[in-house]
Amino acid sequence: MSEERVASLHNRWFTASIGITISVALVGFVVGFLWLPLAQPGERFRGVWDAICSAAGLLHKSSSSEQIITASYSTTRVEVIPRMFDGSNAVSIGRGATLALRCTMCHGARGLSDANSPNLAGQYPIAIYKQLADFKTGARISAVMAPLVADLSDADMRDLAAYYAYLPRLTNSDVTNPPRIVANGAPLRGIAPCGACHGEVGRKVSAAWLEGQPVAYLHNQLEAFASGARHNDIDEQMRNVARGMTPQEIEAASRYYAEHP
Amino acid sequence: MWNSKRLILAHFWFAFAGFGGALLLGAWQMFIRSPLASWISDPEWYYRSVTAHGTTMAYVFPTLVAMGFGYFVTEQSLKRPMIGLHWAWIGWVLAVIGTIMAIVPVALGRASVLYTFYPPMVGNAFYYIGFVLVVVGSWIWVALMSANLYRWKRDNPGAPLPFPMFATVAGSYLWGWTAVGAALEVLFQIIPVALGWRDTIDPGLARVFFSWTLHAIVYFWLIPAYIAYYTIVPRAIGGRLFSDTMGRISFALFLIVAMPIGIHHTFEDPQVGAGFKYLHSVFTAIVTVPTLLTIFTICASVEIAGRLRGGKGALGWLTALPWRNPAMLGIALSFVMLGFGGAGGIINMSYQLDATIHNTQWITGHFHLIFGGAIVIMYFVIAYDVWPHLTGRALDCWGLMRAQLWLWFIGMIVLTFPWHWVGILGMPRRMAFYDYGNPELAAEALPVIMSVIGGAILVVSGVLLLVVLLRGQFAPRAEPETYRFSVAVRPPRTVPAALNGLGLWLGLMIALTIVNYGFPIVHAIATPGTAVPAIMVGGRR
Repeated sequence: MSEERVASLHNRWFTASIGITISVALVGFVVGFLWLPLAQPGERFRGVWDAICSAAGLLHKSSSSEQIITASYSTTRVEVIPRMFDGSNAVSIGRGATLALRCTMCHGARGLSDANSPNLAGQYPIAIYKQLADFKTGARISAVMAPLVADLSDADMRDLAAYYAYLPRLTNSDVTNPPRIVANGAPLRGIAPCGACHGEVGRKVSAAWLEGQPVAYLHNQLEAFASGARHNDIDEQMRNVARGMTPQEIEAASRYYAEHP
Repeated sequence: MWNSKRLILAHFWFAFAGFGGALLLGAWQMFIRSPLASWISDPEWYYRSVTAHGTTMAYVFPTLVAMGFGYFVTEQSLKRPMIGLHWAWIGWVLAVIGTIMAIVPVALGRASVLYTFYPPMVGNAFYYIGFVLVVVGSWIWVALMSANLYRWKRDNPGAPLPFPMFATVAGSYLWGWTAVGAALEVLFQIIPVALGWRDTIDPGLARVFFSWTLHAIVYFWLIPAYIAYYTIVPRAIGGRLFSDTMGRISFALFLIVAMPIGIHHTFEDPQVGAGFKYLHSVFTAIVTVPTLLTIFTICASVEIAGRLRGGKGALGWLTALPWRNPAMLGIALSFVMLGFGGAGGIINMSYQLDATIHNTQWITGHFHLIFGGAIVIMYFVIAYDVWPHLTGRALDCWGLMRAQLWLWFIGMIVLTFPWHWVGILGMPRRMAFYDYGNPELAAEALPVIMSVIGGAILVVSGVLLLVVLLRGQFAPRAEPETYRFSVAVRPPRTVPAALNGLGLWLGLMIALTIVNYGFPIVHAIATPGTAVPAIMVGGRR
């Protein structure tokens, strides 16, 4: 017994199944790409083709009249990627050590000081580089730092970052339970745990190593983010977090990180 | 004559062992984020557990069951030894190595990516390489199913292909093709980042690729359960299959419409156009057709069994059914869960309704009810049915089997109904903790506690399952009767060529995939500026 040919216009199964499939797809296309887009109130298409392109996911021109909002202040121009410092070498660290001589007054001879300025020893290089670059462009404002970074080249800033990252961190074996804002955040206020970006739980590129920073510094920075006085965080990440934090949470988080190197 | 019993047992045991471990993790997850436990200070443990639970339950457990059952069906329905036994063992070894390779980084906290491959979160490369090995192992199975089918057809020209084999090969083709999406994503997008060759990744494109796999994989999980509906249950309860042709049409339809629908998982994503979302919504709605055909055919088959057993009148056949038979009990409980889960699924696939439950616990409730409930309970029925034929030993602890199935059903309902409810209340999924002290969340506390109880009942049922299977493994030897699949009321003497092979349906599946996915994928690749820095999970802190 020979089998009939399936792929033949004489085979009813073949023609019916393909016909039904094409019909369903066509009806779906007409409704999804023509009728529904054109029936949307508020959409102004310049024609049928424009509606089809919009339904297909292409940006259609009529939306270009929307205003693009730009900040009225200088924002960061640094693009951070995870492995931007993978190439650091001894030469870079040595050059950074020489350049760092001018930083010792506030940041200490080995990147640690009691001056309530940030401890830079062991800080992530991307974090240091980004802050230096932001001071230079004015995205982060500091009367002290601005003149010091004014004449630094991009390579200088990379060398400084590599040098401070190379120095040993403060260490402390005391284990204390982090406050809730650090470990769990405040989900109902849309606040992720501090530890999700700054260590403990996870780490995000360009987020700084906070353990062992002076409590006054951490406290001031959180308040500056909350008030908007500091605004060099990408996409307002830290401003959105700090604005939602209570004064008690700011105090608890600052104190925890300061006491928990 | 039969040479693959150890192979099939190895598949089932590996699947059920993984299932047992993952079940415990699931119950722990329910407990730890309920009001009964204080918050865990490190949510990473929770995500680690979710990743292990999901990876095992979604990728390893059903794949191994489908492979083992596929080999069983091949030999028993074609009534001759399977070809490629060595290749099948290689497939099994690859799946085992892949599973271990994937689970170790998860256990070490290096791949807590929640088992869905959604960048920019990227975990340890071994996790993804392990997944690829499992998929490669299962592709060997796909190739073997196809090879056995064609060798048999060559030797039996014109003869009707046994329906169980038709359905099994349909399922294997569906898997072979649907796994391509995630494979493309993992091989070309994720692994280069995980190995450090690249820093950035396009999450939009990755999500489209993953959706290619994400929905049809559910039908791949479902197909062994459906094969059991058609080919095991009517025989086990002393009835006949109402229609062989209807069964073939259902599986052919699954092959076509299970694929081009995954974008309903990206309804809230900006990178896919609304037109394609609508098109996928339409095809998702059509998936109800093969399911409704199946429910009709199986109910008719069960009615035949009831009437053969002396049931009379409009409803009298129901009471005449062998309710103490695990296959009868299993399919009834499975249908109840399929009904509720399917109704929930129709809500998920509706563009507007989805917005209200997107990424809430409703989704978790939905897929646990459908997969963990309706489908997995049939995996148990399959195991109970084939066990004596694999072990050559009696399996007659009927009371334990019934208790296990009932507990699974009750546990799953108690677990998932409150989950759906809290989802409607807006409880997000995939969070390690909830502040139930907050007035806005307080209403969710009680249903969540109910879910914990459901999870505990499921653990008891899982333990019973392993007890039953172990008893079957160590019972006295007893030669089982020849294995039989259900016979149709009118056994096919000839079958239309279109329903005697899968070429036409395979062609339609691939064509529809290209129509529904081609443009979104090309568009995502061609759009510049969509790559973002990858976030390495479990990296330096």
